Order: sequence, then structure tokens, then C-alpha cells
Amino acid sequence: MSDLVLRKLKDRFGSAVLETHSMCGDETAIVEASRWKEVALFLRDDAELAFNMPIDLCGVDYPERLPRIEVVLHLYSLARRHRVRVKTRVGDEECNGCELDSLISVWPGVDWLEREVFDMSGVRFRGHPDLRRILLYPEFEGHPLRKDYPAQKTQPLIPYRTEAEAGVPLEKLAPFGPDEGMSFGREVWTNGKARRENRGEQ
Amino acid sequence: MEPLDLDLEEGELELPADPMHLNMGPAHPAMHGTVRIVLELSGETIVKADVQIGYLHRGFEKMCERGTWTQVFPYADRLNYVSPMLNNVGYALAVEKLAGLVVPERCQWYRMALGELARLSDHLTCTGAMAMELGAFTPFLWFVKAREMVWDVLEEETGARLTHSFGRVGGMAKPPTPAFKDLVRGILDEILYTVGEGEKMLLKNRIFLDRLENTGVISGPDAIAMGWTGPCLRASGIAYDVRKAHPYLKYDEVEFDVPVGSKGDTLDRFLVRLEEMRQSTRILRQICDKMPDDGPVNCDDPRYVLPEKRDVYTTIEATIQHFKLVMEGAKVPKGEVYSYTEGGNGELGFYLVSDGSGTPYRVRIRPPCFQITNSLSGLIERAMLSDIIPIFGSINMIGGECDH
Amino acid sequence: MGEVTRTVTLEGSESGYATTRLDALLGWARKYSLFQYPFVTACCGMEFMAAVSPRFDVARFGAEAPRFSPRQSDVLWVVGTISQRQAPVLRRIYEQMMEPKWVIAFGTCASCGGFYDNYTTVPGLDKIIPCDVYIPGCPPRPEAILDGLMLLQDKITNGDRRPGVVKPRLDPVHPGAQGAGDLVTLRKSGKEKPAKEQA
Repeated sequence: MSDLVLRKLKDRFGSAVLETHSMCGDETAIVEASRWKEVALFLRDDAELAFNMPIDLCGVDYPERLPRIEVVLHLYSLARRHRVRVKTRVGDEECNGCELDSLISVWPGVDWLEREVFDMSGVRFRGHPDLRRILLYPEFEGHPLRKDYPAQKTQPLIPYRTEAEAGVPLEKLAPFGPDEGMSFGREVWTNGKARRENRGEQ
Repeated sequence: MEPLDLDLEEGELELPADPMHLNMGPAHPAMHGTVRIVLELSGETIVKADVQIGYLHRGFEKMCERGTWTQVFPYADRLNYVSPMLNNVGYALAVEKLAGLVVPERCQWYRMALGELARLSDHLTCTGAMAMELGAFTPFLWFVKAREMVWDVLEEETGARLTHSFGRVGGMAKPPTPAFKDLVRGILDEILYTVGEGEKMLLKNRIFLDRLENTGVISGPDAIAMGWTGPCLRASGIAYDVRKAHPYLKYDEVEFDVPVGSKGDTLDRFLVRLEEMRQSTRILRQICDKMPDDGPVNCDDPRYVLPEKRDVYTTIEATIQHFKLVMEGAKVPKGEVYSYTEGGNGELGFYLVSDGSGTPYRVRIRPPCFQITNSLSGLIERAMLSDIIPIFGSINMIGGECDH
Repeated sequence: MGEVTRTVTLEGSESGYATTRLDALLGWARKYSLFQYPFVTACCGMEFMAAVSPRFDVARFGAEAPRFSPRQSDVLWVVGTISQRQAPVLRRIYEQMMEPKWVIAFGTCASCGGFYDNYTTVPGLDKIIPCDVYIPGCPPRPEAILDGLMLLQDKITNGDRRPGVVKPRLDPVHPGAQGAGDLVTLRKSGKEKPAKEQA
């Protein structure tokens, strides 16, 4: 199979395929967000490609890039036994305009996956019939898998008991402090604009 | 007192025709504590079902972005907590794929053996718990007894009964103990016997069969389009097993069959799991024959693998290497990778993005039962209320994995 | 229950009778017939299954009967991580239980949130409901679970409602092993003060 998938994609969509690579043997194509559904339909219906199984859909946040959020779709073809990873990028610095066409009419299995991407990364899918939060509760604000969401920021549904109510101390030592037990390389994420300003970039 | 026989018009005698709303879970005993189903019932028939998950969302993916690559192992353990070793191996293989490492042969056999033991534990728990939820308590106790034998071996090997955290990038935490093969050989017959006994007990029970047959039917093409994998997909007649289709480790060197079902109903899913346990024992016997008794377990690559403790205490090079690996983490090359293995419930995938530092940029798990649970509402709609229990039991939803 | 001071007579001791206070008698009776509500959410449930099954067998302690209705149970086992989304459910179940009721935090996640120190996890169930016994471990071994149950039984006997933590066991094979001198065995810690308080 090797580069069959990528070649066919490039032949068919030309400049809408922004970038391709085959790192570690995983064929990857980055396509334009506006052609997202068209690409999906092509991948499913082309007899030589026949990607009939939606494996995974997820969002990755790159605050320093524009467009900011990358939506990654993994597909598998049971008949041809090959895989492809299709990516697209949406959203500006503040994650405005994170919108994509829903693929639910192409593969019904992406239903919850799209809800999850919406919940975790905040990408809205046009045409999804039931785009609600799935892992978190409706009252939750923000999207935790964006890099600028602080990992420890909780939004409790019910107020915690106070020590006066409990009559016993409730404070505990956190398992690790912000810098303790963690790698040196980690940095606190703010949004991309602030970071670029800090470093004096435009 | 009002007269007992009311002289009513026929229309007034009818029961209200509005659908009844019923909330099931998340604290329902058969919902594993983590799923809530909001049902709309017409009599006892389910008209509409809204399956809500997320009651065990623990932020796995966010937590992985905070530590080193190795610190993900404990979190990976707790995804599918019925078969933690399969997650360990799956994650280790993903990082190794990105780093371009291939572990030594002995380690590959060892990982396979531990993985198959974990698969036994998974299927024993799943089938046992499903039987228990249908009221058959005895097979559950037997299966848990058999699971204890598996866990004893794993404990002997790893030191922990359930959450082992035993995988490492480029090898395992420890080499196999000298008694490993004997321990494994020692339990297989007993497990097969227990499985056989449980099977006899259940499959000759009319009530059990009646509740399983023809409930929760899904056709092969539908299951594919929903993204099903693993035993549930195979029960619908599609022989897709990552171990056969894309062999990893040494699965191309062992002989085993992939059981498939014919109808795709709950009974088929149950039978496929029973048969997979038999195949797992078959694989384990071959591993015991083929695994070399000596040889290295870890890769000889100081960029990823911790040095011997003996050297850490005696040489400065090893001390520095140890310090760097523990404090900064192994530097995994920049890039992205998707790696997949056959987990307890199907294709367990890890999509990793590395920015070249010692910390993962993004760890995405593809939990097999997420997509299977996605179809649950489709399976139970138009079924009876009591069918929820066997159908939900047969898809083996594991909260930690499904809710991340 | 502290108000009751009536004494009753029991037969069976050496001298033909024994005296006890009613609350002590009640405590003695209660501790061997605990009806439990397993609020199982996560990984620890696997060890809970193991503890209930024949090998470890909580039935030996009179606690084998799970009741999946909070109104019929005495002990709430909170087994596993409590997410923010789960928290209202847990508190509601606790409120539905009849007095007297006890709560066991099973495992590290239920006790303090464990290593899920993040946006979605409640850092310990005592942030929401009172807790009597904490069983550490991720997940705890069945032996620790039994220790926790015995600690709770001690507390019930003594009428002690202060939270208690299951301590590590001495290594039975190597009793002199490292650190063993610092460890307090379970029975001692369970019985230290309340006996005096009530006297």
C-alpha cells in the first residue's frame, strides 16, 4: 500500500492537502478545514481506499500555532488493512471559529468522539444532532485539554464541607507541588498570544 | 365508601399512554457505578435511551502532560483496570515506536505472556460479572477464584496484585522470575477447568440462555461503522483481531484461532470471550515453550533505559544517567505516532505527540469500549427494560477506560 | 446514644452473668451484622470483588450482604475515585441512609483524590460527606480491606466516631524489617482512647 492513500488524496484534492508525512510508518495528511467532510467521504467511498472504520478522533491544542487546534482523525480499512491519519486545523488565538463539519453522516461511530472533542478541546461540529458535553457536566466552563486550562482548576458541583462543619482537619498535602516530582522541561501554559508577547515576537 | 365496580366508559379504563421516564444509574449496581441511562419507557419497552458517561472522568490525558514519559505508566494502569498489563504494554510499544526502539526477544515474549494473563483476568471478570448481574452468583465466585490464580502469578512477577506499573520504555521493570514458566503452566489447567465448569453451569440454564439469545443484536457492517473492535466485533462475525491482522511482539510466531460469532447477539459476545480465554491459555503454553530463559530484558540504550542499580551506586556515569532520566525524563524524538494493540476490549490505541522534551505534549488514548458504549443506546432501544442488564454486561464497559 | 445508661444482664460468663451498657450491647450486635452499600466506581472495585469472594471472604466478619438500597444499609463503602460529576450522587446516597451509618473510604482516591490531582476529581470524599475509616492503597490489598473492616468494628463497639486510618501491617515473615518499630498495629490504634472517654 505504502503511499497509495496519500497519493490518491493529493491527486484528488491537490492544494487542499496542505502537508503530508509518513513518520514511523503512519501515513498522515493535513487537509483544509473547509474540505473536511469531502475528504472523509472520498476516503470512505473510494474503492481502493475503503476506510470503513472510524478509529479515533481527537483534538490537540498548539497555542503557538495558527490555526490553533488540530483535529486528528484516525481511520482504518478492514478490507484493505491500511490506516491513515487525517488532520485539519481550526481556530484563532482565542479559539474563535473552531468549527468543522460533522462526519456523523459518514461514519455514525464518530458521534461520541465528536462530542468528546467538543467537550475537551472546544471544537464545534456543524450538523451534529446532539452536541453536548460528554465527559464533563453541563455546568463546566472551559475546555480542559486546551493548554491554557490549568490542570488543577476545579469547578465543584456542590460546595465542599468546611472544617467547621466537619470538626476535623480536611486539608491534605497535595501529592506534588507544581514543581515537585515533575520534569524540568514543563512550563506553565498561558495562551499563545501572551507567550509570544513575552518572548518579544509578533 | 365508593363502589368497587365503577361503571366507566371504556376509554377511561386505559392506562396513561404517555411514556414513562426512568433514570438508571449512576449508582445502579449493574451500571458499574459510572453510567447513567435516562430511559423513556412505553410499558416495559424502551422507546428512547440516553446513555450518559463521564462519571469516572479522571483527566487521564491532562495528567499525562505533566510528568515524564515514564510517569504515564501508573495512569495507563488505571485505564482498563481489569487488564492493566495490556495497557502497560500498549503504551510502552507506542513510545518505543516513536523512539525507534525494539526490545530484546526475551522481553517481547515476557510482555506477551503478561498481556495474555491480563486478558484472562479481563475476560474472567467480564463474563463472571455479567453472570452475577443476571443472578448467577456461583460462576462469578468460581471465576473470581480463577482470577485470583492469575493475579497470584502477576503478583509474584510484579509485586502488585492489580495495578502493576510494570512496563518501562525500552523494557520491563524487572526480568521474569526463575519460576515464571512453572507458575504459568501450573495455573492454566485449573483455569480451563474453572471456565469449563462455569460454562456448563450457565449454558445449560434455560433462563440464562433466554435472556442472552437474540438480545442486543448488531450486524457486522453496523458494528464496523460504529468503530467496534475486539471480542464484541468478532461476535458479529468480523474476524478482526489486531494480534492476527497486524502482529506485534511475537504474535506471528504463536498459533491461535480467532473465534467469531454468527449472530452478533449477547450470547455470541459471551461465547467469544469464553473461547478467547481458551485461546489465551493456548498462547501462554506456547510462550512458555518458546521464551528464552536468559538474555537481556531491557534495551541497551542509555537514552531511555535506567542503568543497573548496582552501577548507580558505584559509578558516576550511571549516577548521572539515572539522575537525568528520572528528573528530566527520557527525551523522546519530536513527532507523532499512533500505535495499536489488542486490549481486553478491542483495539487499544495510543496517539502520542512529542515536542522533543522529556514530557509528553499530548497523550491520547483510544479506548475500545468508548465506541462500543456509544452504540449502547441503539442496542437497547426497542428492547425490554430487563434486557439492559445482559446487553450492558456483555459489552464490558470499563469506566476508567471509557471515561478517560 | 450517649444518654442511655441502663445496664442489662447477660448470661454466659464465668461467674454466671455479665453487665454491660445498652449502647455497648447494641454496638456489639451491630458490628457483626453490617449491611453494606458498595458505591463502586473505579479500579478499587476489582479488589472489592476479591474481598467479597471466597478467598478473602468478608462474610467472616458478618458483612457479606450487599444492599443496593441506601435505606437498608449501615456501611457505605466508597470504592474508587469520586469525580466532581459523581459528587452530588454520592452525597445524596449518604443522605438517604438511615442512622446509624458509617462510611469507609476505600482506597487512596476516595480518601484524598490520590494522584488525580486535577480539574475533575474531588480530593477525598470527606470534602463532601463525613468519613469513619480510611483504607489507603491504590487499590488496597484485601488484607487491608479486612483491617479496615475490623477497625470499623472496633469503632462501632467503642462508639468512636473520630476518623481512623488503617495502619500498615507488620511483616509477618520478617518482623524486624525496616521501620517496623514505628508501626502501630491495627488493634492498638483502634482501642486507644475511647474506652477512657466513656468510663
